[in-house]
Amino acid sequence: MKYLDEYRNPEIARQLLDKIRETVTKPWVIMEICGGQTNSIIKNGIDQLLPKEIELVHGPGCPVCVTPLEMIDQAISIAQRQNVIFTSFGDMLRVPGTEKDLLQVKSEGGDIRMVYSPLEALKMARENPDKEVVFFAIGFETTAPGNAMALFQAAREGLNNFSEVVSHVLVPPAMQALLSSPDNRVQAYLAAGHVCTVMGYNEYFPIAEKYKVPITPTGFEPVDILQGILSVVKQLEKGEYTVDNQYARAVSADGNPAAQKIINEVYEICDRKWRGIGEIPRSGMCIKEKYAAYDASKKFNVSHIKAEEPQECISGLILQGLKKPPECPVFGKSCTPEHPLGATMVSGEGACAAYYRYQRFADALKK
Amino acid sequence: MCLAVPGKVVKIYEEGGLKMGEIDYSGTINSVCLEYVPEVETGQYVIVHAGFAISILDEKEAQKVFETWDEALDKAREQGFTIENNPLADINKK
Ligand code: SF4
Repeated sequence: MKYLDEYRNPEIARQLLDKIRETVTKPWVIMEICGGQTNSIIKNGIDQLLPKEIELVHGPGCPVCVTPLEMIDQAISIAQRQNVIFTSFGDMLRVPGTEKDLLQVKSEGGDIRMVYSPLEALKMARENPDKEVVFFAIGFETTAPGNAMALFQAAREGLNNFSEVVSHVLVPPAMQALLSSPDNRVQAYLAAGHVCTVMGYNEYFPIAEKYKVPITPTGFEPVDILQGILSVVKQLEKGEYTVDNQYARAVSADGNPAAQKIINEVYEICDRKWRGIGEIPRSGMCIKEKYAAYDASKKFNVSHIKAEEPQECISGLILQGLKKPPECPVFGKSCTPEHPLGATMVSGEGACAAYYRYQRFADALKK
Repeated sequence: MCLAVPGKVVKIYEEGGLKMGEIDYSGTINSVCLEYVPEVETGQYVIVHAGFAISILDEKEAQKVFETWDEALDKAREQGFTIENNPLADINKK
């Protein structure tokens, strides 16, 4: 496939690795933000091929993993109701809530349907006028345009039986929160390519400046990731910091204005809790008052449902780059993709699941 | 979650007031919403995420990345490397 295969070329990757080896002289900690990048890094063994000076830590870039427990509990409360068709991206169905996950609600008779696009949920609302169709709108800036469009269209068509549980999160505030933490180890970021596709990268310049960290919007294939790493390593070695776009084939400085317009039409910035991390001010998106009729949390009155996160799961530390999955005492033991205790084990892009899937648990179990 | 894949726009149409298109991903055809790439034309490649095209791939920018690597590519072909999804970990063995 064009625009994919060439970025998987082993010879180019090898040359990039050589370049990185030639450039690096000191130890550096680099965080890749996006779970898609984490998955690609672990799958291709990039972290193991890099010179030992470079440590990759895995960022909070899996929206499934950071959706707070109470949002899952709120979704479950709605999904259990009569007359509701609850729709969601597949990944969310197995994320454990306090007592159960959405799949369990389904096995108990709940009408829960997996969708690939939010427009499918909208179609269900049109086809089932006597039912309430609710869509679990989670994701980063990448997913927000689609989720916003479904809501915008519902309002345009006057579809009163469609609503969204919105738990959207924004990446730059989380990047800043990690950098301002006293425990921070991150010295450079590979920014999430597809988030930047939508939002552009202008907002990263002040972050690079304030915290003196190189930030490189990066794609997802091995060649992309190695180029991203080379870009930040070059800057780190020279003591420079700026925003250097590696993913220019899909990302422009201003992002996608048509997508931003619809996002801003229906959603507004709000404070948001991140699973395992806690509340980060102005790091989420909520439905604007103007569209309150399409806000499932209000419609079904579930906003009061709160939840405490379980103690044994250290995914919060993993999502902040402070620990690696094998350091979790239950990793690969009582916590596996079949029986996940935390969200980072559920999603294919969660660091725990990626380590498990690509056999990184063998070493951990030997210890 | 933010997984998004490139595909080629093979047909553009309208449905329910939205600009839609058929996208070819190496033989698999899917319908996606094209509202966020209003200027797109058939034959162009887009990045698709959760049923929405979010960007038109920039041929020139994509090319730039490889200019320095063209020579390497030729060498790779000579040596019989496949330009396929070879896990990088394998290259050490070669
Ligand atoms: S292995 Fe399981 S319990 Fe441990 S941090 Fe990962 S998801 Fe949480």
